[in-house]
Amino acid sequence: MNKLVGRSEIMKLFHDNMTIMCGGFANRGNAAKLIDMAVESGAQGIYIISNDSGDPDLTVGRFIRSGQARKLTASHVGMNPELGEAVLAGKIELELSPQGTLAERIRCGGAGLGGVLVATGIGTVMEEGKQKIEVNGQTYLLETPLTAEIALVKAYKADVMGNLVYKGTQRNFNPLVAMAAKTVIVEAEEIVPVGDLDMDEIHTPGVFVSMIWNGEE
Amino acid sequence: MAEVKEKIARKVASFFKPGDVVNLGIGIPTMVGNYIEDGVWLHTENGLMGYGPAPEKGKESEYLTGAGAQFLTAYPGAAAFDSATSFAIVRGGHLTATVLGALEVDEKGNLANWSRPGVIVGMGGAMDLVNGARDVIIAMEHTAKGGKHKILEQCSLPLTGAGVVTKIVTDLCVIEVTKEGLVLKEVEEGVTLDEIRQKTGAKLIVPEHLETI
Repeated sequence: MNKLVGRSEIMKLFHDNMTIMCGGFANRGNAAKLIDMAVESGAQGIYIISNDSGDPDLTVGRFIRSGQARKLTASHVGMNPELGEAVLAGKIELELSPQGTLAERIRCGGAGLGGVLVATGIGTVMEEGKQKIEVNGQTYLLETPLTAEIALVKAYKADVMGNLVYKGTQRNFNPLVAMAAKTVIVEAEEIVPVGDLDMDEIHTPGVFVSMIWNGEE
Repeated sequence: MAEVKEKIARKVASFFKPGDVVNLGIGIPTMVGNYIEDGVWLHTENGLMGYGPAPEKGKESEYLTGAGAQFLTAYPGAAAFDSATSFAIVRGGHLTATVLGALEVDEKGNLANWSRPGVIVGMGGAMDLVNGARDVIIAMEHTAKGGKHKILEQCSLPLTGAGVVTKIVTDLCVIEVTKEGLVLKEVEEGVTLDEIRQKTGAKLIVPEHLETI
């Protein structure tokens, strides 16, 4: 099965009020070209789920600057003062989630789980509005799963069936968001024929991947 | 000023021995990496175990970066992993220690270092780190600008974690957080007990025999 698609097919998928999950961490390992497409689609009222807000002019930050993001769930937004301003002005809703908790919430969403119990955030504002559950004498917060309509994933190598390999610290949230969306779109540095990747080196099995951008503008 | 920070970093680095696995926060904690013994393994939450110092100019790799997007090197045996695995290492008790800065720390071991009024930053991995690491070491200057106390009876800013801090290392002394309260362990040469008491906003337990750094 060949999952390569062109830009026009990807552009058709973006629409108002949708949820988009982005892999990447501090502008490293983000599907920057796919994010550009989402911004250029003009879709409004987008709910973004991402580790961070990016810089104002880079990756996830582009959704904030353009005013297309209605809500952001992230663990860190310190690199983007424009996001802080937008939050204080009431233009965007921000949900902060501790980084490890965010990773697990996305994994839960992709793995069909009802949530995860974490000790992270006990005794802090993270407790607010969350159910506490005691297991073996230890108190945990119930953190709920996250899913999205679209996930934008950056891979180092992809075969045309969508099997993915990441490289170095660009892996970060990519394999997690690749499991948690209805439509998973991949931007790969290199696209290889089926059979080129050894089954033991594949980080994300192609079953999770919907389409791979063929790189044509 | 830089010298003071380096002194704190060197002191913290002296706690670690080969085989320890440590995560360093930004600021003075990052400088700890310059003084650790060979064989102390550094973890960065964006997904790498076994990183080394910044690369030479021209040898930077966009596949080898830290949590602040800075370029790193990796030692032989280094491993890259996704964010869920990275925080399994953190929360699962596989870190010997994390070294972090603080806005406030109090006598119950509560830590506030992620949020101050009017500034929106986010906690990143700090809340996970303080809950998961076996030792939570605060490396900071003893007081804030203008001499404002940072070591307090009770934190006033939003907490990063409750009862999580195990040690505080400053330019003046080393303090251990115990069930009984803050115990002064070591004092920097030339620093008096009076000065420490004056610059500390919490009660200090002073043992009979006190070491000098």
